[in-house]
Amino acid sequence: MASTMDRREAIKTVSMLLGGAFATSSGLLGAVERAHARSKNLKQVGAFTAQDIALLDEVADTILPETKTPGAKAAHTGAFMALMVTDTYSDRDAATFRDGLKQLSGFMQLAPAQRTARLEQLDREAKTYMDARAPGGGTASHFFRLMKELTLLGYFTSEIGVTQAQRYRETPGRFDPCEPYTPGESAWAGHA
Amino acid sequence: MQSQSYDAIVVGSGISGGWAAKELTEKGLRVLMLERGKNIEHIRDYVNTTKGPWEYPHRGGRTRAMEAAYPVLKRDYPLNEKNLDWWASDRESPYTEVKRFDWYRGYHVGGRSLMWGRQSYRHSDFDFEANAKEGIAIDWPLRYADISPWYDYVEKHAGISGSQEGMPQLPDGQFLPAMPLNCGEEVVAGKLKNLFDGKRRIIPGRTANITQPLPGRGACQYRNACWLGCPFGAYFSTQSSTLPAAMATGRLTLRPFAIVTEVIYDRNKKRATGVRVLDAVSNQTTEYTAKVIFLCASTLNSTWLLLRSATDIWPGGLGSSSGVLGQNLMDHHFRVGASGTLEGMEDKYYYGRRPTGFYIPRYRNLFGEKRDYLRGFGYQGGGSRSGWSRAVAELGVGGAFKDMAAQPGPWSIGATAFGEMLPNPANRVSLDKTKKDKWGLPVLAIDCATGENEKAMRKDMMNDMAETLEAAGIKNVRTYDAGYWPGMGIHEMGTARMGRDPKTSVLNGHNQVWDAPNVFVTDGSCMVSASCVNPSLTYMALTARAADFAVNELKRQNL
Repeated sequence: MASTMDRREAIKTVSMLLGGAFATSSGLLGAVERAHARSKNLKQVGAFTAQDIALLDEVADTILPETKTPGAKAAHTGAFMALMVTDTYSDRDAATFRDGLKQLSGFMQLAPAQRTARLEQLDREAKTYMDARAPGGGTASHFFRLMKELTLLGYFTSEIGVTQAQRYRETPGRFDPCEPYTPGESAWAGHA
Repeated sequence: MQSQSYDAIVVGSGISGGWAAKELTEKGLRVLMLERGKNIEHIRDYVNTTKGPWEYPHRGGRTRAMEAAYPVLKRDYPLNEKNLDWWASDRESPYTEVKRFDWYRGYHVGGRSLMWGRQSYRHSDFDFEANAKEGIAIDWPLRYADISPWYDYVEKHAGISGSQEGMPQLPDGQFLPAMPLNCGEEVVAGKLKNLFDGKRRIIPGRTANITQPLPGRGACQYRNACWLGCPFGAYFSTQSSTLPAAMATGRLTLRPFAIVTEVIYDRNKKRATGVRVLDAVSNQTTEYTAKVIFLCASTLNSTWLLLRSATDIWPGGLGSSSGVLGQNLMDHHFRVGASGTLEGMEDKYYYGRRPTGFYIPRYRNLFGEKRDYLRGFGYQGGGSRSGWSRAVAELGVGGAFKDMAAQPGPWSIGATAFGEMLPNPANRVSLDKTKKDKWGLPVLAIDCATGENEKAMRKDMMNDMAETLEAAGIKNVRTYDAGYWPGMGIHEMGTARMGRDPKTSVLNGHNQVWDAPNVFVTDGSCMVSASCVNPSLTYMALTARAADFAVNELKRQNL
């Protein structure tokens, strides 16, 4: 339930961050309006609010942005992440994930380059932590590893991720045990 | 009003039951096939078969609610969002685990023939002779020559693709063209020809997926979505293969929701006269009579039924006069092996999703070799280029990372060993009369564990694969033993074994219950030893052989 207040707050925050001149430019305002309109369509999933899901979309879209193919936000990865945490996670992993979400509370206000820098820092932290962690998971996962994993899973099993980012033939019709591969070609996606 | 009397009753509609129904009806008998679960219509009821991954809310995974509802199924891969409807409810059908035993069941028409792994291999005389040679358990009452024509027979109808290899431990058969190794696998297979005296051979997996059309069935379209049901009928299942053949005779009656609570035995005739059926929905009881009864309810379910039958004469159930009913439960132990990275093939890929991999037939304890354990193992594996999931543990955020993850990664190759489990009378099932299921039947208690032989074998199962891959030039070789509990192989065997002596076996060499010669048990419960190869093809052959024998005996008025 996004209110008008949220919208004003969002614009105000962006204005403060980037300065009045930028904030009044129609481009930026337009982008914020569009982002807001989209978050209005997001529905709560479990304990995740529409704002949480909007944030997860932005995190996912920073990890997997639009390139030649659409990014993670277009594939509704935020809502997928919330659903997976709600329905499939252990209590411990869910708590880790939610704590992580809190740590990212200022993320929406960051400019794209800052968002990437923030996640790159978390990515290094997570990798260092997870590489040192005992296999089998005696201790909790790093929250960013969980987010990254769900982002990749959500995106690459979405319709966009399967049929646009990867190549997909529901019924391949034949098996070629050896076809040439040229770097840059996307992978063949698996079936359900 | 439907007739209550038939020439033959087949209990169960899975791989064995389907074959029994086909053979008996084709030989002129009017057959009633009883299935405890619901019907699943070929193609029409394969509701998820063409869904994309994105059409499942959790993309095919499992939720905590599913885990709570399926406390057994959740222990391994079968619990999933895609074909959950085809796995029996743990809640409705409980059993007692004296020791942990993972029992993954399919209670519906077609049984596990709809979800099976389809790997299809013949037993050899190394298997049929092993017990006698080693003084383990009892001898098989048959040899390869007895069953070989029946392997030929069932392979032609079921449709098994595979290559002719001339290996005595893995007899060749009536195969459709093999699904070939991919070029990564070929590299390793080629190197192995000149290593280990050529004994560790990589061959295409022999699988019940057809590579050429058969009557009423289309060839495999390489979707690798078999366990959702195949709209082309390209893999063997009751629905695609044996049921249509039986139905075509006009002599088959299929009755779903029919739980057989007991085989009715006439002590004067020393024959079974029929079965008592509990309707799973209405709870009404019906009796059906027949001249011959085939129990094909799956290993533990057929034995469970025997344990409940004729208890007024034998308190331990029909077939218990042997003293071995319920004993010698076996499975294949697995989840151990190795994998690594194949380099130098980055400009090669493959197209289509092949529903099989490669096979390395058993090479241990053969041709004069002796290890510190008995029997052996085979490997099932594959080579492939990794996908996006490799990127989870890699550093990276942003567009370049995304485009990398969308491309195929390095080649990896590996294999899991499937090992033979020795028969052991301590591994047994019995009735737990303290606990009843939702239909009031005392549940089965399962007491089964692996022993020292399996433990010793597992060392080779893991280390051999690492040694094999390294010798073939594979890098970053990693071994694993993910742990194994009996039942996980979903290859339950034994508990009503065949034999030559009614004092030590439940069934004779034609799968007849010694104490009731018109009752045949032809599913995995008849197995005397486990071999290391996947067992279903052998159930098909034994069932067809027993059906032929039964019809001849009926004609001679011996039943």
